[in-house]
Amino acid sequence: MSMQRYIARRIVTSVPVLIGVSMVTFGLMHAAPGDVVSQLVASNPNVSAAEAVRLREEFGLNDPIWVQYIDWMRGVLTGDFGEVYSSGRDAGAVIWARLPETLVLGAFGWIFAIAIAIPSGIYAAVNKDQLGDDVSRFVALSGISVPNFWLGLMLMAVFAVQFDLFPTLDPQTGLFSRQMLWWLILPGVTIGTAAAANVMRIMRTSMAEELNKEYVTAARAKGLPERTIILKHVLRNSMISVTTVAAFLTAGLVSGSVVVENVFSWPGLGQELVAAIQLREMNLIMGITLLTGVVIVLANLLADIVYAVLDPRIRDEY
Amino acid sequence: MSTKRGRIRISGFETERIEEHESTDVHGDEYTEPEGILHRIVSRLLRDRLALASIVIVVLMAVAALVARPWTVFGVTVQPLSLAPFDPTESAVAGPHEMPSAAHLMGTDRLGRDIFSRVMIGGRYSISIGLVVTVIASVVGVLYGSAAGYFGGRVDTVLMRVLDLVFAFPGLVLALVLVALFGGGFWPLVGAFVVVGWASYARIIRGEILKVKQNEYVMAAKALGARDRSVVLRHIIPNAIAPVVVQATLSVGTVVIGVAALGFLGLGFDPGTPEWGTMLDGERDTLATGAGGTWYWWATVFPGLMIFLFVMAMNVIGDAINDALDTQVDDVGRGGGG
Repeated sequence: MSMQRYIARRIVTSVPVLIGVSMVTFGLMHAAPGDVVSQLVASNPNVSAAEAVRLREEFGLNDPIWVQYIDWMRGVLTGDFGEVYSSGRDAGAVIWARLPETLVLGAFGWIFAIAIAIPSGIYAAVNKDQLGDDVSRFVALSGISVPNFWLGLMLMAVFAVQFDLFPTLDPQTGLFSRQMLWWLILPGVTIGTAAAANVMRIMRTSMAEELNKEYVTAARAKGLPERTIILKHVLRNSMISVTTVAAFLTAGLVSGSVVVENVFSWPGLGQELVAAIQLREMNLIMGITLLTGVVIVLANLLADIVYAVLDPRIRDEY
Repeated sequence: MSTKRGRIRISGFETERIEEHESTDVHGDEYTEPEGILHRIVSRLLRDRLALASIVIVVLMAVAALVARPWTVFGVTVQPLSLAPFDPTESAVAGPHEMPSAAHLMGTDRLGRDIFSRVMIGGRYSISIGLVVTVIASVVGVLYGSAAGYFGGRVDTVLMRVLDLVFAFPGLVLALVLVALFGGGFWPLVGAFVVVGWASYARIIRGEILKVKQNEYVMAAKALGARDRSVVLRHIIPNAIAPVVVQATLSVGTVVIGVAALGFLGLGFDPGTPEWGTMLDGERDTLATGAGGTWYWWATVFPGLMIFLFVMAMNVIGDAINDALDTQVDDVGRGGGG
């Protein structure tokens, strides 16, 4: 199968998943006890019973659920996520304002993870079963096991508060300015640690496996320097196994952003989600949940395409 | 094929005979009986000092949580011991934010509660939810995945599309939204993390079953008229279970971190609950008391350290079991939980 056809087919199969994601998101919110109007009534005793009935009608809450779903989807597809009831703002505007913050944080986490994991993974695989390997494996396992909210608190307490190396306040400058790096480092390291540890472990396993293959022996016999063999041939093949898990790791980063943004007061979607949950802002919760689902589906799609580019055998299997 | 057919006829139709036959001849070296798996796990764990230490840590923490205060189930006191030095929920057993001392091993928190007692009983929430979720999620996932893998075809396609949906949401976000919508407490948290967790087991077991299904003994059992249910439960699952065991061990830690993360975000438990994440949430604002100022480090270090220790120990055990069974479960599902 040609590459174009593979990609086209993969995109087409993502569409039903996206529709399903939107249905699950919508269905969950509507299975929950209490609707928007009962929330309003509870928080504001001045709303009369007659008014509540009128509001229900106005919000379309008396329509069958599938009509409500189609109305909501029609809005979402045109960028209208509904209203934030407590502030009267447009939920879509809030989401689009927060999204870049989370994307930058996640991207920094990824860069940090790759920058740490690739060299240490190579080191561990080359020195397999020696002291250095054992130590780096132990460190990687710690990286997977440490709760990121605690890691964030500890980094903040030590490096920002005690040593005063980093700012403790919320980010005060534009997202794409150079000073922003100072605000980014601690949350970025916190969010990237688990991904770094995971990638390092995968790199180690797959490189150790690759190093035993015949093409490596052949390359050595040919007299290629070990450095060239590892960096040009083995590394490239091991990266394939990293792409297979890249989408999972992205899901982990999205989960992580919810927690880490809260620790560092990072003004992204994760912090907005927790705030929306506390205020029970249904339109915001639905919008953000839907968006995370879409991001994961797209990450999976992208990872599969990269995988197919790197490893042509996949295209044929599909 | 013809020789195989002959052998089946000889071994007869009684189930005992078929099983006996399978365990000796057809299995070969690739597959191990459940006793074999258990034996390999135990001997591997005993040889590995780090894994042994981890088992000790896990057991100690679980026992500490159990005996810290009496434990009552449906009004019946199951465990009468009360070994925590102070009542974990009682305020002002000493001054607020007192340094660790002989009387208060881990100091006291902002309300003068004894952190050691709180940390001790804190395992009741995370550890028990972790275990219960793992048991329920693995049973649900294994049954679901087995059905998909065994029946194949259209059933498989439909069941797998449902899995895709679960995987489309980041675990913690889904759990967070579920708890926010349906409330907190023990069982709602268990429910939320089961919804998030069962899918990985289903996917793993389905993959294994697609491999195992090709084996002749499955065909033989079917040819002998064994019902689908008994083929799956008695023949296929036992041979495909190893990676599920590994995944289950590793996922206890993920759930523990996830539960603590929700507690830290102020969801799932009442504010004063001595749950590790909730304890951290209650003290996080004491971090920034000013540059070089007094940081009541014990109030934030110890609860987090407990989560870290427990999860680390579970992961070491999981890794050791993984090595023992050589299943190569990729450990990517982890870390994302918290």
